[in-house]
Amino acid sequence: MRHSSPFKEALRTFRRSPLLSALSIASIGFSLFTIGLFGLVALNFRATLQGIAERVEVVAFVLRGTPTEAVTTASQDIQAFPEVQEVRYVSEEEALSRAREELVEFKEAYRDLETNPLPASLEIQLRPDFRDAASAQRVAERVRAFGFVDDVRYGRDWVERLDRLRNMAAVVGLVIGLAFAIVAIVIIGVTIRITVLQRAGEIAIMRLVGATNRYIRGPFLLEGGLKGVLGGILATAMCWVTFAIFRTTSGEVGSGLVFFEPEHLFLMVVFGTCIGLLGSLLSVGRHLRHV
Amino acid sequence: MIRFQSVSKTYPNGVQGLQDVSFHIPKGQFVFLTGHSGAGKSSILSLIIGEQKPSAGEVRVSGFPIGKLAPNDVPRLRRKLGIVFQDFRLLEYRTVEENIAFALEVTGAPRKAIPGRVIRVLTQVGLAGKARVYPKELSGGEQQRVAIARALVNDPPILIADEPTGNLDERATRGIFQLLQQINGGGTVVVMATHNMTLVRGTGYRVIELKGGRVVYDEANEPGATPA
Repeated sequence: MRHSSPFKEALRTFRRSPLLSALSIASIGFSLFTIGLFGLVALNFRATLQGIAERVEVVAFVLRGTPTEAVTTASQDIQAFPEVQEVRYVSEEEALSRAREELVEFKEAYRDLETNPLPASLEIQLRPDFRDAASAQRVAERVRAFGFVDDVRYGRDWVERLDRLRNMAAVVGLVIGLAFAIVAIVIIGVTIRITVLQRAGEIAIMRLVGATNRYIRGPFLLEGGLKGVLGGILATAMCWVTFAIFRTTSGEVGSGLVFFEPEHLFLMVVFGTCIGLLGSLLSVGRHLRHV
Repeated sequence: MIRFQSVSKTYPNGVQGLQDVSFHIPKGQFVFLTGHSGAGKSSILSLIIGEQKPSAGEVRVSGFPIGKLAPNDVPRLRRKLGIVFQDFRLLEYRTVEENIAFALEVTGAPRKAIPGRVIRVLTQVGLAGKARVYPKELSGGEQQRVAIARALVNDPPILIADEPTGNLDERATRGIFQLLQQINGGGTVVVMATHNMTLVRGTGYRVIELKGGRVVYDEANEPGATPA
């Protein structure tokens, strides 16, 4: 005689209704896949923004004739600001040679100069957490207080624009991500509920012969968890395939794209499992109260 | 074993299922519950198995006060009852022996003891040779015997049978009734709801007749009288 255990019971459901089981795994998979796709877009958008934010820096132009020692001492002070990651001194000569390299159109003009018109400067790079308009302005003002500083620039307009973009991305990301997650949970909940309704008769018989709610719940929970794991694996596979196809077909843009870290993928499977478990728990629980 | 004391049951939709019903079924008795559809038989049975709670009065089954039953007590109550329905309610994807073993498994019976108890109860209902068969391969009478075997396997002191012969022909009906008599002979209380009056007449068992949610006849209260 075959004895039943919650695990065997869960597997029995897969065997008895393979189509419904496949459908629920697919629905969990596709729901997580949409979240995953959105996550990929968000991940890459964030990476791009980070790349742009690295260019947020404060440049202090030094008055002509300032002794190098004074600038060096000051740059050590500036280096000690909490917002500052690195201070680089760019001498007048270096500024000129850079200009010659970068501004090819004026190459001729710069070659014939008798005196160097470009001032020396301090290029102040900010720490990742401080690459925003407010911090840049704060640093600029403190640097401006040094006597040898002629002018301070930090590209105020575009840093402010970057700030706005970042805030907007965070809000839109949160709203859309949450909406996707809710839709996924609803779809998965409905799918599991269909399974429970399909087995309503069986649950009624279990209760009739004196099964406790815990005993009845066991196989459903296992089944939901198992479907969640499989759905999660399906979703990560679909994300990877979509990413690979996009990367190979989109040329140069594609080569800079980043994919999830292994721990993100693991998290997706864990999330799938949790949704599967929660969906089963809620739908079986509701059913048990009503039978 | 079973006591109803001034029990009324009103359903949420306003339908009055039972009105002021009182009776007592002692150990070892065989009782017929009779009456037309809607007379209150099902209300009484659903109160006995803890599916419903009384709106007024008191119901006690095997010591359990049904009105105060906590959700956790329901499985404990059900293990003291064997329940058989007109539509058998077997799990069709399990064999006969698995259907019966299932009732033991859910109560946490020791694994080693299960096969022996299943065979014993199958022999008792006369189906020892059909242990490995699926319910669909059996006749209606045989399926009801499996349901009775499942109800008995936990040795309950009370067997509740709701129209157990409702779907069966004359011969199978007789067979099932004889089986229930045998079970009662072993000391188990049997409460059988039926509207088959030819089956009831002449058996000498107690008859409780219901009409419009009230007890209109109870042989225990009126010895010598005959049911309508």
